[in-house]
Amino acid sequence: MSRFLGYKSVQVGSFGLLLALVPVVVTNRYYLNVLIFIGIHTLLVVGLNLLMGYAGQISLGHAAFFGLGAYTSGILTATYKLSPWPAMVIAVVLTVAVALLVGVPALKLSGYYLAMATLGFGIIVYIFFKELVWLTGGPSGLVGIPKLSIGNVVLDEPKTYYFLVWAITLGAIALSLNIVDSRVGRALRAIHDSEPAARASGIYTARLKIWVFVVSAVYASVAGSLYAHFITFISPSSFDFMFSIKLVTMVVVGGMASIWGAVFGAATLTVLPEVLAVFHDFDIVIFGLILMVVMIFMPQGLTRGALDLWEKYRLQRDVAGESLSGG
Amino acid sequence: MIELSRQPLLKAENLSKSFGGIHAVREVSFAVARGQIKGIIGPNGAGKTTLFNLITGFYAADAGAIYFNGRSLNNLVPHQVAERGVARTFQNVELFDRMTVLENVMVGRHPKTRAGFISAAFSLSKARKEESGIRDKAMEILNFIGLSERAADPSTSLPFGFQRVLEIGRALATDPLLLLLDEPASGLNAGETRELGRLIGRIRDKGITVVLVEHDMSLTMEVCDEILVMDYGRTLAEGSPREIQQDPEVIAAYLGEEPFA
Repeated sequence: MSRFLGYKSVQVGSFGLLLALVPVVVTNRYYLNVLIFIGIHTLLVVGLNLLMGYAGQISLGHAAFFGLGAYTSGILTATYKLSPWPAMVIAVVLTVAVALLVGVPALKLSGYYLAMATLGFGIIVYIFFKELVWLTGGPSGLVGIPKLSIGNVVLDEPKTYYFLVWAITLGAIALSLNIVDSRVGRALRAIHDSEPAARASGIYTARLKIWVFVVSAVYASVAGSLYAHFITFISPSSFDFMFSIKLVTMVVVGGMASIWGAVFGAATLTVLPEVLAVFHDFDIVIFGLILMVVMIFMPQGLTRGALDLWEKYRLQRDVAGESLSGG
Repeated sequence: MIELSRQPLLKAENLSKSFGGIHAVREVSFAVARGQIKGIIGPNGAGKTTLFNLITGFYAADAGAIYFNGRSLNNLVPHQVAERGVARTFQNVELFDRMTVLENVMVGRHPKTRAGFISAAFSLSKARKEESGIRDKAMEILNFIGLSERAADPSTSLPFGFQRVLEIGRALATDPLLLLLDEPASGLNAGETRELGRLIGRIRDKGITVVLVEHDMSLTMEVCDEILVMDYGRTLAEGSPREIQQDPEVIAAYLGEEPFA
């Protein structure tokens, strides 16, 4: 067991070290901004992956929790002049309440029905963001969200914000690695593989599904708060159905039930639209295409899929080599 | 104390369950004594699996009562029944396919352990201690069922017969007082069935009461102390294997099926 713990700390530690060294090389503000977005998306995807990849429950409305975090932080700090950290905590509490309210009835459903219910929830929340103009600023958005600060230090430089976002995301990764490698993590995977067997093994599946839904919503809420204080201006379009789909694509590309895969999925699909800026209006088409191709050819995700392809290639090469030397 | 041990471990009284117009189980009553191996037999559709689903809380009974260890099981849901000490397997083998052999058994420790999201996420020392306890207990069970060599293999890599045994191992991990086996011999060859019979005997020797549902008779006649015969959702006969084999009603019900061949 201690060997496993050691293994995990080495993984998290070396990733942390890598992240700490990046700003030494990357000083360009644009690149740092992209890296900050990757961090925020990773936080979202790691949380969603606990729900989707491990417990096997599909949420097509996760952008709503991201938006709840962003708008609660934004409104409390910009309109009501509350300081950002307590606002972030209030956002989390509110998100937990909403996730329980939605999760208790929705998680009685499964498969397509759960997907449809969360889809509906996402759309309703989006409409609230858009129509409650007096509170959210409506379609034109909410302006004047302050930058975060620690003590007297305002984190208004991309470099400092980069460290904050990735410190929180790395913490979330470490917590998730511990969760999936525990009694709770096994129970989540058990629900995914066979719900009747999980129940017969003494797992209160209904409650556990609600808790993992709440946990993934909390990850999204924190990501939303970090996002709001980073760009200081939020509008409903950042939290629409398309963004929920992007998150699901990130989970699928990274590979279901893989925490490090989630990092990879978030990074790939954050960088890709930047690279493919020429196709700007078509980026959602490209996302859809990626989702289809990965689901059809690499249902285990791109990381696992690539490894499988490499194995296959090596096997063929070895076989070819043998038959050559044999002949 | 004496009174408790004289009481049957499991008692069903006038259990009934219907689906639409079909009476799957009709006013079935029976008792299982502590330390007994009891068989429930009957043709397909006789209501045997429905009976298991009623006992384990997967279905709610339309009428009747179930008592386990002196307490009612009515209105309990499956995980609560498991916590009370009733473990089960499934007719179609329900393993956790994306887990290793060891992990499958480790899941079975769930009702005996406590770690939640918070203590797991922060890997608190009590959670770590508990986790190593789970691992030790699961290895002990793998030794008992003879699968310790395959501990790290994916559960789907096991041959079908071993998958059935692994499912029994996972059920044993919950420390049950009563183990319900749903057609454990189906899909097994004669050698594997004999091996299974020996395993069931060893489980009883550990003090665990066993109820097994079987469509086929060979295993039941060999290992069971007592047999309940069901047909069309009703109790047809109850008694020792010898009595059952000579019961005219049972023979009539099985006519054409050559039950004791």
